[in-house]
Amino acid sequence: MEFFRSTLHIDFMGKRVWMAGFSVVTILISLVSLSTHGLNLGLDFTGGTLLEVEYPRAVGLPGVRQTLAKAGFPEAVVQHLGTARDVLVRVPPHGKESSADLSGHVLAALEKHAGSKLDLKRVEFVGPQVGAELAEKGGLALLYALLGILAYVALRFEWRLSLGAVLATVHDTIFTLGFFSVFRIQFDLTVLAAVLAVIGYSLNDTIVVFDRIRENFRRMRKGGTHEVMNSAINQTLSRTIMTSLLTMLVVVTLFFLGGEIVRGFSIALIVGICIGTFSSIYVASPLAMWLGVSRADLMPVRKEMTEADRRP
Amino acid sequence: MINQYPLWKYLLILGVLLFGIVYALPNLYGQDPAVQISSTGGEPVGAPIRDKAVAALEKADIRYKSVTEHDGRLLIRFHNPEVQLRGRDLLEVALGGNYVVALNLAASTPGGLRAINARPMYLGLDLRGGVHFLMAVDMRAALQQALGRDVGDLRNLLRDKRIRYRDVSRGKGAIRMRFRNARDLDRARSLIHGKNRDLVLSTPSGQGEFALRAALSPQELTKIRDFAVQQNITTLRNRINELGVTEPIIQQQGKDRIVVELPGVQDTARAKEIIGATATLEFHLVDEEHSVEDAAATGHAPVGDRIYYDRQHRPILLKRRVIITGNQVTNAASGLDQQSGQAAVFITLNGRGARTMENTTAKNVGRSMAVVFIENKVATHMVHGKPVRVTRRVESVINVAVIRGRFGKRFQITGLESTQGARNLALLLRAGALAAPMEIIEERTIGPSLGQENIHQGFEAVVVGFVVVLLFMAAYYRAFGLMADLALFFNLVLVVALLSLLQATLTMPGIAGIVLTVGMAVDANVLIYERIREELRNGNTPQASIHAGYEKAFSTIADANITTLIAAVVLFSFGTGPVKGFAVTLSLGILTSMFTAIMGTRAITNLLYGGRRIKRLSI
Repeated sequence: MEFFRSTLHIDFMGKRVWMAGFSVVTILISLVSLSTHGLNLGLDFTGGTLLEVEYPRAVGLPGVRQTLAKAGFPEAVVQHLGTARDVLVRVPPHGKESSADLSGHVLAALEKHAGSKLDLKRVEFVGPQVGAELAEKGGLALLYALLGILAYVALRFEWRLSLGAVLATVHDTIFTLGFFSVFRIQFDLTVLAAVLAVIGYSLNDTIVVFDRIRENFRRMRKGGTHEVMNSAINQTLSRTIMTSLLTMLVVVTLFFLGGEIVRGFSIALIVGICIGTFSSIYVASPLAMWLGVSRADLMPVRKEMTEADRRP
Repeated sequence: MINQYPLWKYLLILGVLLFGIVYALPNLYGQDPAVQISSTGGEPVGAPIRDKAVAALEKADIRYKSVTEHDGRLLIRFHNPEVQLRGRDLLEVALGGNYVVALNLAASTPGGLRAINARPMYLGLDLRGGVHFLMAVDMRAALQQALGRDVGDLRNLLRDKRIRYRDVSRGKGAIRMRFRNARDLDRARSLIHGKNRDLVLSTPSGQGEFALRAALSPQELTKIRDFAVQQNITTLRNRINELGVTEPIIQQQGKDRIVVELPGVQDTARAKEIIGATATLEFHLVDEEHSVEDAAATGHAPVGDRIYYDRQHRPILLKRRVIITGNQVTNAASGLDQQSGQAAVFITLNGRGARTMENTTAKNVGRSMAVVFIENKVATHMVHGKPVRVTRRVESVINVAVIRGRFGKRFQITGLESTQGARNLALLLRAGALAAPMEIIEERTIGPSLGQENIHQGFEAVVVGFVVVLLFMAAYYRAFGLMADLALFFNLVLVVALLSLLQATLTMPGIAGIVLTVGMAVDANVLIYERIREELRNGNTPQASIHAGYEKAFSTIADANITTLIAAVVLFSFGTGPVKGFAVTLSLGILTSMFTAIMGTRAITNLLYGGRRIKRLSI
């Protein structure tokens, strides 16, 4: 089975202006949303308390809300999780009471309301100081990952290519974060982990294309940068699609079967893989071209001494 | 000859394969519900207790699987969790208060595997259920306490050397001493300088008085900090042992934080109460010469006294001097008072405490003594968007009794709210006090049912994702796809084997990492196979195409994987708990996939095609 019978000749580079327009618009939307709405930060970063309880039978949310308001948690957010028996309660950092005891008080109030013992499935409490710290460390982690990768790519490739690769990765990161911002999907620690994985994945894709560009520059004697890049993208296209498809399949599996904890994580990866595949074709190579990469930059450096050395 | 591996490469691959299978094997055996019996004093549990436990179980007709001893503890395995619970309840009663009977899940790995240290993967709290606490030690309180001790020492020192002072008091981060004249000040300075090297002395200027400021030296500050954290860890360990938790993790994190992980704990409220409690006791004499009412009305206690309140908020006038504190208690047990039937705590003092107690009670027969229950509560509040830590000291008189005779080493106190209260107090006294109050700044509790659910979901996601990839590869690359499938399976086995061997914590995001590596591991094979197809299309012979495909794809595969590895390493160094698990499985998966996807598939390809004339490849 093959998706493409023979080597394709799609003019990817010819469409770069349209695609650049798409990139610029989405990135602008992402940046505007990130700077105005910000991210819908989860408990890990804001601090607060979360309880997941299972009732013996289905329970109505208004009653639960009322109970909590009466117990002194009017700002508690209550929702069903999966079934009508599972209830998720989030209490934002509280002015008066923000200690770890809060979850106990909430549970006591709920049990009194239900008139029976409830199955406490999950409690998360993050103190305000920890949340702020994690948010800071998370931002730094993103930055370090990008810098580390930049350093590696700079070592392996010519600077225009590496800059193109890193900018494409930054593009993907901003897009993924922007997606979470625009759709108000909760951003927690596992999502951050997924975004870091997206950084790795997106670069992975770009590097495969760039490796081929480098190789083609050295092999193809004819053709300008435009043709060389086009042929490299075409030659790696079937691999790009195959790998993205397979990775996508497992991540979608994770989305449907992995349960609540990894849901945000899988969304980030699904978004990241899509945009990563797109950017390796339409962002990284055109960027490198605009930066002016040419055959001369990629030819292996010939040592001047070789001829002289060979002489007896 | 093209496409042939030397023998050693085949042997290496076979060796790694064997290693992977052996170390992944323990995960196929399940876990037995078990109870673990240890003694509260820490001494090994020997044959007599073993016989006693077995006899009790047999008498009650509770069937057990096996009884083993290791590390001075007794492990009794059962056939199912229901019997395990019954067994626990029975043994708790049968063995008495000196033994802790804890529920446990014991891996049922066969002895042969256990001998080579092959164990199942270590499941994180989100998979097995349990509590994770991150606690911050209140260093300011620890420092203030240290300064408080120094204030007392300095007063005594000055008094001994007959240096007159106006006052010695504890300020913010330093001690302030005031003298009447320059001579006293100088004498005090040289005296303290010679005696106490831990204090840095300075003279505050411009106040027109003879003052001396003593601050703790930087070395001393570090020492106090380290001591506070270490002491708290020791105390926590004692307390958690008392709770009967198996495999707890208690570690320092950063400068002033402690991580506590208690797998399998169900009663989290009690765990929280015990871990965070700073309760201790103090014994004071009651001042019976002055009027409590007057003092309470004016709010001024007579010199040397302080107003305390009991649980009903009635004022009581106590002498400031502490007879003994909870630190001098060597053992404490809860029980019922023989006469009143009230909850009581039976206390045993150490030598020094016993002497002090004896002297004091002998001199004060007929007078009253009070037991003060002290608790430090720490909480962080948000004030104007900034976290502010507040320590609240709650002191209440729980018991006042007339001294009828000399107290010895052992005695009992009553007046506690409940038997549970008595049990908790006894536990806290036994385990020792915390050197500094602590606050829980992060809690993550996963109930056992959710843990099971997570394992189930994670397992399902891995299997389904894996099968989908297998089918796809086989359909797309045919024979070569099957080889890649074999390598992928081998890769999964290796990841599981390494996780088991390293005993790295497997978390839910960790499972997600495994699922992700399944997707990414085939990337190497896709790269190679696409390259082989391309070479074939260019008219190369099958043998040459295979060779060129592997050759040319290698540097691309390496580059691609290294970048992902960089992201994973960053994630690991940043990560806390579950996220770290993701970084671990992702990195391991990438490393093993390089081996299986390149060397593994090449070996099979070489075995099948190497050195033969082939017309076409099934790719």
